[in-house]
Amino acid sequence: MVRLDSVSRLQVVSGKGGTGKTTVAAALALALATEGKRTLLVEVEGRQGIAQLFETEALPYEERKIAVAPGGGEVYALAIDAERALLDYLQMFYKLGGAGRALKKLGAIDFATTIAPGVRDVLLTGKACEAVKRREKHGGHTYDHVVMDAPPTGRITRFLNVNDEVAGLARIGPIHNQAQAVMRVLKSPETAVHLVTLLEEMPVQETADGIAELRAAELPVGRVVVNMVRPHVLDEAAVRAASGDHREAIARSLGSVGIAGGTRLVEPLLDQAAEHARRVELERDQRAVLDGIGVPAYELPFLGDGGDIAGLYRLAKELRKQGVGA
Amino acid sequence: MTDKPTAGTGADATGLDASGAGTAVRDTAERDTTGLDAVPVLELDPLIDDRGTRIIVCCGAGGVGKTTTAAALGVRAAERGRRVVVLTIDPARRLAQSMGIDSLDNTPRKVDGIKGSDGGELHAMMLDMKRTFDEIVEAHAEPERARAILENPFYQSLSAGFAGTQEYMAMEKLGQLRARDEWDLIVVDTPPSRSALDFLDAPKRLGSFLDGKFIKLLMAPAKVGGRAGIKFLNVGMSMMTGTLGKLLGGQFLKDVQTFVAAMDTMFGGFRTRADATYKLLQAPGTAFLVVATPERDALREAAYFVERLAAEEMPLAGLVLNRVHGSGAAGLSAERARAAAENLDEGRMADRGDGKAGLSGSPATSPELSDLATAAVSSVTEAAPTAEPAAQHPDVDDVSTATDTDVRHLTAGLLRLHAERMRVLAREQRTRDRFTALHPEVAVAEVAALPGDVHDLAGLRAIGDRLTAGRMPSA
Repeated sequence: MVRLDSVSRLQVVSGKGGTGKTTVAAALALALATEGKRTLLVEVEGRQGIAQLFETEALPYEERKIAVAPGGGEVYALAIDAERALLDYLQMFYKLGGAGRALKKLGAIDFATTIAPGVRDVLLTGKACEAVKRREKHGGHTYDHVVMDAPPTGRITRFLNVNDEVAGLARIGPIHNQAQAVMRVLKSPETAVHLVTLLEEMPVQETADGIAELRAAELPVGRVVVNMVRPHVLDEAAVRAASGDHREAIARSLGSVGIAGGTRLVEPLLDQAAEHARRVELERDQRAVLDGIGVPAYELPFLGDGGDIAGLYRLAKELRKQGVGA
Repeated sequence: MTDKPTAGTGADATGLDASGAGTAVRDTAERDTTGLDAVPVLELDPLIDDRGTRIIVCCGAGGVGKTTTAAALGVRAAERGRRVVVLTIDPARRLAQSMGIDSLDNTPRKVDGIKGSDGGELHAMMLDMKRTFDEIVEAHAEPERARAILENPFYQSLSAGFAGTQEYMAMEKLGQLRARDEWDLIVVDTPPSRSALDFLDAPKRLGSFLDGKFIKLLMAPAKVGGRAGIKFLNVGMSMMTGTLGKLLGGQFLKDVQTFVAAMDTMFGGFRTRADATYKLLQAPGTAFLVVATPERDALREAAYFVERLAAEEMPLAGLVLNRVHGSGAAGLSAERARAAAENLDEGRMADRGDGKAGLSGSPATSPELSDLATAAVSSVTEAAPTAEPAAQHPDVDDVSTATDTDVRHLTAGLLRLHAERMRVLAREQRTRDRFTALHPEVAVAEVAALPGDVHDLAGLRAIGDRLTAGRMPSA
């Protein structure tokens, strides 16, 4: 079986708001950093979500090591800032350090990074692609994988495809060339775009729509990541059995293990079981919808109280079990 | 076998009412008394009934149910006699359909099926940002100039793609709806932004760009001699246009310059309207609702928003907390429930002597670590749902097949489920306590978690009931 995940050196993680895409991106970066490997985790939305996850201070515009993965790989992190990326870019290609400051004063940098359509996105994706392509003196890649915590599903295709638009808008010149170079990376098998979802209707629908959009734009779809999967404590058959007239028997059963007031508890307990059964059923429906999309999936458990660094490592372990980094 | 409750229909007919924690037994005696009782309750009915309330803005992080909250409030207000328009930005398809607005045509459409009293009505619309921008251009420029702007490649990208356009156009549309004065209540949903604060920032950013030095510089070539006396600007301009020209390509810059020249006369209008809408948001007739779920990230964003609204002197009505879990059996702790479940399992194993045979049991270890596959689902029987609910036929139920062991197993399952629920409650409580510590003054409306999504007006009504039900039992 071909594991595209290992081939793809740029792994873009998107998902509807609230599905935990930053957490999944971080876990993926950890999972990919197997022995002797190095991954770079980048964020592009200026939210400092990575710093919050890893419980460190705000990340500067600088690649720094934030974690050692199980087995010894290393995870670096970078919060890409469009303005700094543009100034770097001007300096790198035009030696415009001083002029850059003057441009900033005039509002030109602000214009380029916030108003000019797409330029900001080109700078962000451009920086990520630069990290993908960067090599060390001995010739090997600096990073084995780059994982991007990307904008949400609703905006991901435009975000990644904006280079096409910019290449059309700026028809010549370095921005044009840059946009085209970025697009070549993004549309190649070097890239995989993963969409994080929950087993709920809205996120699943948005995932289906997002995949259709990505495919239409010829961007490589990676995996669906089903996040926060909760265990099914009771199956539906059991709940149905409970709905039969077993209330007294259940109350007696509660009494037998020292829980008094069983008759009063039975009703709320059965209500909770009914809710649970309904959720199990809805989840099954959503799973069927996801199956219909025909994109392979990873599944990650709900962490509950474990939404901390230990939880991240657990998710990374889970991803490896499912083939990441293999 | 018994029938199974289907998602939308059967549940209410059987004893298996799946309508969620909100209907749980209200057992005040066992209610967990915590510091949270001091948190003021956000009363939404008085807010929507108050004719002085003209605008309600729902804001918050992505995925917390802003749009659903806005739609549910719209339905409720209309059915209580208000003439309401709901402006949604990017609704999930089925939610839009639930209000009958699956056509995206940028104008408010009347929603059918509102059981209004006193002439209440509901209109709903989805924002089309490009269309809104186009309409502004068409309304404020003579036809020829308007066409030049609409055809300009830079404009086309700006109107469809720029990260702040949606926020700006949402504000613009809000101003337009208010000016039409056809509705006495406007409920607005905010865009799913990178950060919730973009909604407040983006219009200013666009405004400052349009007013800024940079635009004037770009326009200078079109106004030859206009600023000849200011040497620095000329130097700056030539250096800058030179650099940007190099960077972006000459054509791009020319497109921008043409666009700016064509838009010149409209800039004042943009700025004025943005300022007017901003003031409207600060006015007493406006109420902001910060929407969140009892999760860390969502409440962190909510806290930012509360602080920001205060800084901007915008009127905060309170926090709508969606997807809150409750329990009718909160007096039974997670620990006791789990221990009792283990006792029952031990008893069962002793009975059978064969470990975990039979019904799919849950491992005694932490449930999160249990098999993530859908083992439980796969054991669902294939019996088709029958027309009659089981509760009406207790005599034909499979009582005879339910052995003592089965009941014990079932009870253990119920207890585990309860333990899990209590852990969820505890976690939600901790997250909320953090928020409350920061902002004890913010009134809160709790909305009980629903098992599924909303598909129709009835669903929105149900959310409206939950929004206004007051505090949940033991939550």
